[in-house]
Amino acid sequence: MAEVATLRPGAEAEVPIGAIDARGYWSTVAYRLSQDPVTIAFGVVLILIFLAAILAPVLAPHDPYKANMTMRLAVIGTPSYMLGGDELGRDMLSRLLYGARVSLFMGLTPVFLALLIGGSLGVTAGFLGGKVNMGIMRVMDVFYAFPTVLLAIGLTGALGAGSRNLLIAITVILSPPIARVAESVTTQVRAFDFVEAARASGADTFTIIRVHVLSNVLGPILIYTTSLVSVSIIISAGLSFLGFGVTPPTADWGLMLATLRTTIWVNPYVAVLPGLMIFITSMCFNLLSDGMRNAMDMRF
Amino acid sequence: MTDGSSPGAAATAARQRIDPFLEVRGLKKYFPVKGGVLNRTIANVQAVDDVSFDVAKGETLGIVGESGCGKSTTARLLMRLIEPDSGTVHFDGRLIGADNGIPIREMRRQVQMVFQDSYSSLNARLPVEETVAFGPIVHGIPRPEARERARRLLYDVGLDASRFMKRYPHELSGGQRQRVNVARALALQPRILILDEAVSALDKSVEAQVLNLLLDLKQEYDLTYVFISHDLNVVQYVSDRVLVMYLGQVVEIGPVDEIYANPRHPYTRALLSSRPSMDPELRITEPPLSGDPPNPINPPSGCRFHTRCAFANEVCARASPVLSTFGDDTRHEIACHMLSPGSGHPDAPAPS
Repeated sequence: MAEVATLRPGAEAEVPIGAIDARGYWSTVAYRLSQDPVTIAFGVVLILIFLAAILAPVLAPHDPYKANMTMRLAVIGTPSYMLGGDELGRDMLSRLLYGARVSLFMGLTPVFLALLIGGSLGVTAGFLGGKVNMGIMRVMDVFYAFPTVLLAIGLTGALGAGSRNLLIAITVILSPPIARVAESVTTQVRAFDFVEAARASGADTFTIIRVHVLSNVLGPILIYTTSLVSVSIIISAGLSFLGFGVTPPTADWGLMLATLRTTIWVNPYVAVLPGLMIFITSMCFNLLSDGMRNAMDMRF
Repeated sequence: MTDGSSPGAAATAARQRIDPFLEVRGLKKYFPVKGGVLNRTIANVQAVDDVSFDVAKGETLGIVGESGCGKSTTARLLMRLIEPDSGTVHFDGRLIGADNGIPIREMRRQVQMVFQDSYSSLNARLPVEETVAFGPIVHGIPRPEARERARRLLYDVGLDASRFMKRYPHELSGGQRQRVNVARALALQPRILILDEAVSALDKSVEAQVLNLLLDLKQEYDLTYVFISHDLNVVQYVSDRVLVMYLGQVVEIGPVDEIYANPRHPYTRALLSSRPSMDPELRITEPPLSGDPPNPINPPSGCRFHTRCAFANEVCARASPVLSTFGDDTRHEIACHMLSPGSGHPDAPAPS
């Protein structure tokens, strides 16, 4: 650059920090995450589960929907039925792989939708404050008044069973808590002078939220949202288990758990496999959220 | 200035009085205090009550007063960060926010503000280059150009842009952060800068550097300053004229030398005598004013200073004094019954 560094006298008297590489917020978060072996380990497990779900058609040794009467309740380790067979003699490994697709989709989609809906409602309420805040948050509080699972059962009961209605029900359940977190962090950020300074620069409300508010509230909201993925997986599994969600013969961990529960005295190791997968996956999401909290929680 | 054949200083001064750059009239802001079962307004904090003043082009108006006297509220009212309850502000002869005046957005390009808290006024998630370039980008200047301007301004405020532009606020010292704040305020090429306690949070040596920087920039960019501070020495150093506020009202306004050499309002006198002397032998141990300022929710009747004034009389509790000139100095205005002939105060001069 052709500019000459004609600094004002006195400027150099303040000790410059030196040529350290300035690191942005997100790269600092990435660095901190890279220093956290537990989070990395569970992240890797999660990635493996995702890969298994994506590559299910390639990895699955059998058709997950093809019954084989000779393999009914086959034990773990049966040749070519490595994880045994279910009550209709379908290959458990194939069903678990295909079930991962449905269960992850059911776990992630509502959370993502709830992040969009609850997040924007919460940020709007927090930033605008006053009557708007009052209106939005009191409506959210109404949803809080119902026990989560009961509300989900009520919604799917009213809408009818099926995966689409299950998605809608879980989205409705998860939006209020995300909105509440988003509202509280946005209210804190709004009090900072840089928001006033941005307004003084002539920026409109939308630009201020986009540039100045989101950069500050997205971290905490994402941490909280990640912790909800496991909740979402468990609720969707539970509702499928109760018969409100995914319908047979679709391979879904919750539904598999439901149909296999009658065989638990006959072949317990096969019967618990879907439950184990639900446990491992939600554990991974919870620990990932924990790791993210540690990495993102920084005070400057 | 390029105006080589300018008329005499007196004529200039006269013209400025007629046509001020910033003309504030009757500015008023009450903050409602809500309470009770129905959350009704039960009282008002009279933060700024009927404040009027002018700022001439190119001058620095210092605003002083105790904490809570409405200095910062005045600044925010000028920027329209909060809506005034009543009162008008003309910028360069145009009424701010009026249909045939100057739109608020346009005014905010020409009037900018530097906040006191250098930490909270910078977004911790944005590199300083982006913070400075934000204003120009909002006003439609292409990003590369806005960033180029940001880098130039960082040089101008004494920060080596190549080293600092990618830094985040937490990687800067307090003085450096406040320089960034100044650069951000200048990014829209404003004509007036409102400095709300801009140097108060800095330690003394850095404060002096930033003050000198501000004085240099004023010359360079041909700026007009409204300088708000509780530090009387700093105000004396930078200001051309000084406005003294007490509980949301103007008690005295005049040229800086006049105010500091010949303060006429009892509050101004008390304020000035509260400055510690540089000579330990002359240091006074008695507080010139006792107690805290009264609550602005229920300000005292009449002259708001009468509860703490050594010269208070029953007329002071009854009637509000009007800000006006006394004697032959037409630029020095005071709001005090003691100076006003026929006000009823025993020390007031007889009506002529």
